[in-house]
Amino acid sequence: MSNEDILNPKQMPREPEKATLEGKNKFIGFWFFLGGETVLFASLFGTFLALRNSTAGGPGTEELFGLELVFIMTMLLLTSSLTSVYAMYHMKNNDFGKMQVWLGVTVALGLAFLGGELYEFNHYIHEYEFTFRSSALGSSFYTLVGFHGGHVLFGLLWIVTLMVRNAKRGLNLYNAPKFYIASLYWHFIDVVWVFIFTVVYLMGKVG
Amino acid sequence: MKGWMGKFRALFMLGSLSLILSGCGVEKLSALKPAGYGAELLYDLMILSIAIMIFVFIVVMAIYTFVLIRYRRKKGQEDYIPKQTEGNKVLEIIWTVIPIILLLVLAVPTVQAVFDLAETSSDKADIRIDVTSAQFWWQFDYAGEEISTSQDLYIPKGKRVYLTMKSADVIHSFWVPSIAGKIDTNPGDNENTMYLEANEEGVYWGQCAELCGPSHSLMDFRVVVVSPEEYEQWVKDMKNADPEAKPETTVAQEGQKIFQNNCMSCHAIGAQPKGVGPNLTNFGDRSKVAGILEPTKENIVDWILNPNEHKPGNSMPPNLVNKEEAGKVAEYLMQLKPSEITPEDAK
Amino acid sequence: MSTAVAQKKGFGAFIWDYLTTVDHKKIAHLYLVSGGLFFLMGGLEAMIIRIQLMKPDNEFISAGLYNEMITMHGTTMIFLAAMPLLFALMNAVVPLQIGARDVAFPFLNSLGFWLFFFGGVILNFSWFMGGAPDAGWTAYAPLSTTSPGHGVDFYVIGLQISGAGTLIGGINFLVTIVNMRAPGMSYMRMPLFTWTIFVTSTLILFAFPALTVGLFLMMFDRMFGSVFFDVAAGGNVIIWEHLFWIFGHPEVYILILPVFGVFSEVFATFSKKRLFGYSAMVFATVLIGFLGFMVWAHHMFTTGMGPVANSIFAVTTMAIAVPTGIKIFNWLFTMWGGSIKMTSAMLWSVAFIPTFTIGGMTGVMLAVAAADYQYHDTYFVVAHFHYVIVGGVVFGIFAALHYWWPKMFGKVLNEKLGKWAFWPFFIGFHLTFFIQHFLGLMGMPRRYWKFLEGQGLATGNLISTIGAFFMALGVIIFLWNVIYTAVKEPKASADPFDGRTLEWSIASPPPFYNFKQTPLVRGLDALWIEKSEGKKGMTPAEPLGDIHMPNGSILPFVMSFGLFIAGFGFIYQVDNPVWLSLVFIGMGILLGAMFVRSVKDDLGYHIHKEDLEKGDGQL
Repeated sequence: MSNEDILNPKQMPREPEKATLEGKNKFIGFWFFLGGETVLFASLFGTFLALRNSTAGGPGTEELFGLELVFIMTMLLLTSSLTSVYAMYHMKNNDFGKMQVWLGVTVALGLAFLGGELYEFNHYIHEYEFTFRSSALGSSFYTLVGFHGGHVLFGLLWIVTLMVRNAKRGLNLYNAPKFYIASLYWHFIDVVWVFIFTVVYLMGKVG
Repeated sequence: MKGWMGKFRALFMLGSLSLILSGCGVEKLSALKPAGYGAELLYDLMILSIAIMIFVFIVVMAIYTFVLIRYRRKKGQEDYIPKQTEGNKVLEIIWTVIPIILLLVLAVPTVQAVFDLAETSSDKADIRIDVTSAQFWWQFDYAGEEISTSQDLYIPKGKRVYLTMKSADVIHSFWVPSIAGKIDTNPGDNENTMYLEANEEGVYWGQCAELCGPSHSLMDFRVVVVSPEEYEQWVKDMKNADPEAKPETTVAQEGQKIFQNNCMSCHAIGAQPKGVGPNLTNFGDRSKVAGILEPTKENIVDWILNPNEHKPGNSMPPNLVNKEEAGKVAEYLMQLKPSEITPEDAK
Repeated sequence: MSTAVAQKKGFGAFIWDYLTTVDHKKIAHLYLVSGGLFFLMGGLEAMIIRIQLMKPDNEFISAGLYNEMITMHGTTMIFLAAMPLLFALMNAVVPLQIGARDVAFPFLNSLGFWLFFFGGVILNFSWFMGGAPDAGWTAYAPLSTTSPGHGVDFYVIGLQISGAGTLIGGINFLVTIVNMRAPGMSYMRMPLFTWTIFVTSTLILFAFPALTVGLFLMMFDRMFGSVFFDVAAGGNVIIWEHLFWIFGHPEVYILILPVFGVFSEVFATFSKKRLFGYSAMVFATVLIGFLGFMVWAHHMFTTGMGPVANSIFAVTTMAIAVPTGIKIFNWLFTMWGGSIKMTSAMLWSVAFIPTFTIGGMTGVMLAVAAADYQYHDTYFVVAHFHYVIVGGVVFGIFAALHYWWPKMFGKVLNEKLGKWAFWPFFIGFHLTFFIQHFLGLMGMPRRYWKFLEGQGLATGNLISTIGAFFMALGVIIFLWNVIYTAVKEPKASADPFDGRTLEWSIASPPPFYNFKQTPLVRGLDALWIEKSEGKKGMTPAEPLGDIHMPNGSILPFVMSFGLFIAGFGFIYQVDNPVWLSLVFIGMGILLGAMFVRSVKDDLGYHIHKEDLEKGDGQL
């Protein structure tokens, strides 16, 4: 049997992402990777918590943060997590078209989130002169939230690349694990944001 | 705490352990020749832990030696297949439980000592000194006394002296091995506290124990332990010192002028204002120049002209004055002896 | 395809083969050679340090250069010598021990190596580009953030790149061990070396990201004007200490656990006995790994964390002595009742026990938080960690190399030269480091460029320096042995030491697909079980069939090279924004290669059944 035959069976298995050894390896390897990412973000959270009151005479979190925009951004990202679940649901049903559509929605929501974040940063910099260099709070805030934003951007590029690359040939056992772990990554980003929303914004506003 | 540890100590004094160790190193420097409350407490802990460890080591080595001699493959045994033992529950429990017990024996005095040495609350304090480290020297400000010195720290014998530690630049670590353990001096708000209590008069070595730049190894200072009466006298003299006092010789008077014009922007004489360089109020009494050189005129001139030769990376600029002027400044500095109490009295 | 290329035998083809290989056995060679070279560099730096400290008030090298030496010695030995040498062993042995044909992600395996390699090269470029880092391998802020010149920048970028490689390697081995064990090999039948690699990889996974973050913060402070460690703008320098040691302490166990595995294999093989208390050994390994994350602050007893934190970390640190003690006794009782053969590998392992016991004991002494106020940052600490890292890790690597050399290179290292290398190194090691315990207690802080006359430290330091020369002699004899063996020794058989585990069931060195048929594992010490029942080898778990193999690729090299270019851009853009162009070029190369990797299908190829039968492993 050639590779092509193995990867394009007549009947798709129930869990196409874990049907091959390569798929299984990717699946579990990515979970491990997310474990490492958790430590990465935990370290950034720790740094932020240690420096959250170090304003060096500049604006503090209570003064800076408004919850309206951040709340909308949270909703956008939570919804995008849900839409990526739909996409994976359709992957398991071997419905490539619908999967692509829901992934497209996910990407759109992610873009909207990033736009909100850019607007927010811009606002802090120009209205409050609160920058990466102005205080230790600034350094740790932009690093933590910026790392998350960078992850969102990378996730978007990743999903779009997968969608474009496989647009013509549809789903098979070679690319199913790739779609699946991209969606895992997206969920992870979402969970991290929930923590950012709580620890940075809510706790920052309440004091 | 002390009594309990004392018994242990008496026990081990009989053994050779303590004797061997206490033969190590130089008086006033070695942690194995303790002459202060902290250093003695820690020395006892060391002896206790070494004793436990030597016991463990002997057990391990006994089994080890036996095994290696007894079970070495001999001629004619090439085809012998030993019994493939999986393990032994009883043995495994024994070598799990006994170490736990030994560690508990060690953990209890450890925690006690940690809390003992951390007891630096301010209401107990009668003498408080703010220690500030900088690359590569030490400043000592006596709280409430309007006294500042650098490099030589005067303390009275038998009294607790409370130190508050901070750094003006990078992290350093304050260590007087024969009197007490060390603690870091951090920049910013992370101030630390510790106390010194010396049991014998003398001039003790102090060192920096955290890598702080090229001259890390040359950041020495001295702790001058004098009797309480001498200490009182020293404090009185230092408070009465006149920063502007006119030297006796004309050379020194010229030196004073040169000093005021070239050096005063960094070096203070008297407690105020604080300079960015070492305070020189009692420079004439210092046991060393810059912590490392003998206090001769040649050395002082040499230092003034080229400080980086002696302490690489320090921030004092070279050649601010010429050689002749440096000689006059040295004359001036060497007669700065506001107190009759000097390191000589500590011996 | 790697086989076709290898047969051409030209030098260019040979290089190209290694640049593109994804074969774990060849990647092991790459790790071994580059780790070995960095080990020699670190050793040279150590010799210079010891010559400087030969006598009081010595001026052999300047104070600034001395700080560069100690920084590079520590950084090189930990990150660029010990880690890759252990990765060499993991790559050479773990897939064979679990009966796998390769690791889970062969491509990532290659990427991990090249990232490590280029990171190490960047770090060492600093010597030729205005000075090496000089803030110690721990790089405490703000000494590191304010250190003039670019030295510390090289440290930050070099470690960041090689750290990414290590992390990738860790994940790779985790997945390999979870997913690719041969049929019948349950977790509790895995050889202990594989177990220790499993735990080590977990530690890598959870420890390295903390270093990554620490290095990012330092990089931002030094290169992009952030103020994490600038107290004037509200920064806090203690954050670095925490992040560094949250990584740094597990790192110690990342180094030592694999060699615990090595010793377990060597003691069992050369005593002809099953490892005593296997399940306790597994349990102890996991426990050490777990506790390894609970003790980082014992490096910070003098930082001023307060008595409560100091007490807690003192007690958790002491607790680690218990599982470590269990291991020592289990090794002793593995030999008890056995038939001990003193080969070179066994010699290094036997020497390890008293050495490591001393290192462990001084570890417990250091855990006594209050007493650590005296030990901390003195030569006592220097002596302690060299007893565990040289006496543990380096002894272990030497034991492992003597043990697995036939599996890696097809020849058994010469026994006589092996012993000649051992004795000067062993004696020199104790001469160098035992006396340092006392130097520390006598008041000599570590990282001291000079000690002075009249401090009573001269004799001890002289002895220590003499010892260092003996160690160097041992290393030179070992290198001679490597050359001698390559030239003079005959080819080794598949199982020269009467081994117990799967790697000894296939040829030395193994064919590039490892196992023609995946073996069926029936218990711990799988090969020993078969041999003790009179069989010649393993029973296959599958009929002979096509073998799926991954394609080689140059992309890992290209990606790492891209980061290498970008690294210089990051370092020098501080001086002149023109250098940012290098960042864009380098990152462009990296992302471009990632893009190619992502969109180009890589399905691998098959070795056909007929070829396997015909060639009988000699493809």
